[in-house]
Amino acid sequence: MKRSILLATAARYLMPLMLIFSVFLLLRGHNEIGGGFVGGLVAASALMLYGIAISPAALRTLLPVEPRLLVGLGLLAALTSGLLPVLTGRPFLTGLWLKTPLPVIGKVGTPLLFDTGVYFVVVGVVMWILLSLAEEEAK
Amino acid sequence: MIALPLLLPLGFAILNVLAWKSPRAQRVLTLVGAALQTGAAFWLLGRVRAEGILHLPIGNWPAPFGIVLTADLFSAIMLAVSAVVGLAAALYSQGGMDERRVRYGYYPLFFFLLTGVNGAFLAGDLFNLYVWFEVMLMASFVLIALGGERPQVEGAIKYVILNLLASTLFLSAVGLLYNLCGTLNLADLARRIPALEAGGEVTLIAVLFLVAFGIKSAIFPLFFWLPASYHTPPVTITALFSGLLTKVGVYALYRVFTLLFASDAAYLPTLLLVLAGFTMTTGVLGAAAQMDFRRLLSFHIVSQIGYLLMGLGLFSPAALAAGIYFMVHVILAKTALFFVAGIVRQTEGSYNLKELGSLYARRPGLALLFLLPALSLAGLPPLSGFFAKLALVLAGFDLRSYAIVGVGLGVSLLTLYSMTKVWNEVFWKERKEAGAAPLRPVSAWMWAATLGLAAVSVAAGLLAGPLLDLSAQAAAQLADPSLYIQAVLGGAP
Amino acid sequence: MTWLLAIAAGVLFAAGIYMILRRSLVKILVGLALLSYAVNLLLFNSAPLIPARPPLIPLGSSAPPEVYADPVPQALILTAIVISFGVTAFAVVLMRQVYGTLGTDDLNEMRCTDIPCKEVEIASEEEQMEEPL
Repeated sequence: MKRSILLATAARYLMPLMLIFSVFLLLRGHNEIGGGFVGGLVAASALMLYGIAISPAALRTLLPVEPRLLVGLGLLAALTSGLLPVLTGRPFLTGLWLKTPLPVIGKVGTPLLFDTGVYFVVVGVVMWILLSLAEEEAK
Repeated sequence: MIALPLLLPLGFAILNVLAWKSPRAQRVLTLVGAALQTGAAFWLLGRVRAEGILHLPIGNWPAPFGIVLTADLFSAIMLAVSAVVGLAAALYSQGGMDERRVRYGYYPLFFFLLTGVNGAFLAGDLFNLYVWFEVMLMASFVLIALGGERPQVEGAIKYVILNLLASTLFLSAVGLLYNLCGTLNLADLARRIPALEAGGEVTLIAVLFLVAFGIKSAIFPLFFWLPASYHTPPVTITALFSGLLTKVGVYALYRVFTLLFASDAAYLPTLLLVLAGFTMTTGVLGAAAQMDFRRLLSFHIVSQIGYLLMGLGLFSPAALAAGIYFMVHVILAKTALFFVAGIVRQTEGSYNLKELGSLYARRPGLALLFLLPALSLAGLPPLSGFFAKLALVLAGFDLRSYAIVGVGLGVSLLTLYSMTKVWNEVFWKERKEAGAAPLRPVSAWMWAATLGLAAVSVAAGLLAGPLLDLSAQAAAQLADPSLYIQAVLGGAP
Repeated sequence: MTWLLAIAAGVLFAAGIYMILRRSLVKILVGLALLSYAVNLLLFNSAPLIPARPPLIPLGSSAPPEVYADPVPQALILTAIVISFGVTAFAVVLMRQVYGTLGTDDLNEMRCTDIPCKEVEIASEEEQMEEPL
């Protein structure tokens, strides 16, 4: 199958922009439109675009870790965010916030950790399915 | 911390995902996780028994607004039994699960399945019940399709499509109920539904729930997916499914119809009893026609669901208590039978009753291990099945529901016939090509798991008195929704 | 608006049920997707639709305004969408696998689980013989 040069060139520029946008969505998520799931989907579609436009093998080399590691770490982050308040004697998943907002990132608390976990789970699951389908096709 | 039985399997699922590359680490993690989960479940059972209905507001949002986890005695009993089955399955899969499926993520999925099951038992509102059902279903979808042999993918297709349809119906019922009451918290709903002056809407929603959970728990006209799919995956997975999945559906039926639709129940007991009778009969007749060990047992799952439904349909505290004890009995006995089928397959290389034979002479221990849960299922004293059926029958006599009692006793006899058939074919008769195949060795893990589960099943029969007392307490909580409402929402009901 | 959404949900339910009654797996998959959209619309409609009244407590008061939009159905839909996303992804993979293993997407060919596979071939031969009649 011949790949389109236009799409490949555009994808190289679009992918980083979309990734940055996805992080932006993740960070503003708590009180405004956005969040871990949406951010994760945008990031996953950015990577998916790259994989389709260039090649799944290129996407595989681009990813620093195995997709399932992303899923595991994401779930672990979400679970940790729920367990942290338990350590301070509050019920599971109670939101804890730092008093002072950090520069750029904004308010930091366990809900942000939870959202980050969701972000990684979404990216990981989509990459997992996509790569295993693409690599099966290539065989 | 009543979320512990939920968080432990989730945590161990995550650890197993992280340990993806190392099957050995996963094995150790699985054993440790299943043991810890069992401990947590029994600890919770003890606490609920001492302190009454417990609840935990997730994220510290109070009850009708936030999500709550609620554990009453019925949930706690179910958690404890499913943890025992989980532990046995964890042991059994050390020997019974092939390397390929382990590499494709059997152990993480095992724990995700348990997370979903435990979540469903603990859910304090309908939408969370739906979510945990879906977690459980997703894990079971992958488990049933894992491996991808021809019958397996065919079974998986039927299983997946019908269960997704049931989920759709479930979610529709949730949406309609929210429209009517403006809440999904079970306690809040229990308070509001009796106050509604709606005509047919509540009935419509109740029937939608009955159909949705009916598909999931395989009751009479909706059970066809079960015997078409349950026998296709490896026997460890089938045993786990038979012990847990349909029982979660029955749990949901018990919960919804005692807590929410009890006041609306004029037509329900009759409907449930008719369904129960048909479920028992079709299940056991279907089983009588089977010559495949696993398919035969799959039909018996359907038949036993009928008894559970009978407990709900009779709808007196005594009948509910009998139903709960029956649930404990059937989960243990059924899973043990599937384990035995797996060992038979391991030694003889077949599930086909016609090809098997002479196992009594060659493996007397295995014959005994089969006989105990099999006779228990058929209801012979002093095994747990006898006491469970006795309690159901007595409750039926109290209510003068002689028809269903008659059907129950008749089906019990047919179950005995069916178990005798298996006994004759597998253990008693001469094997056709005598001495053709030497016995293949069976892993000690599988023996240990089967032996342990059979022992627990026998113990459930010997301890019938205390267990029936416990079930009666659980049924008393189910029969009086005001206890549940008061525990979750506080204040006077 | 409520009427419009109700009718749309009804049409989607009808279309979905029609599709899941087909024999082709892909059509069943489309049917299941349509059913999940139908349920999402139903959930969306399960609380009164009130535009431009967010459920927020204004500064200086201690209760939300008299009439406000109910946020719960939207949370339910969001969760339902996430779940149906996962389920649909799995179903697509499963159907690919079915097609890869069996070489067909016709449900009538999938009878191995109910009768032994050898009989499947015999049965289909009989059907072929019956057809000319």
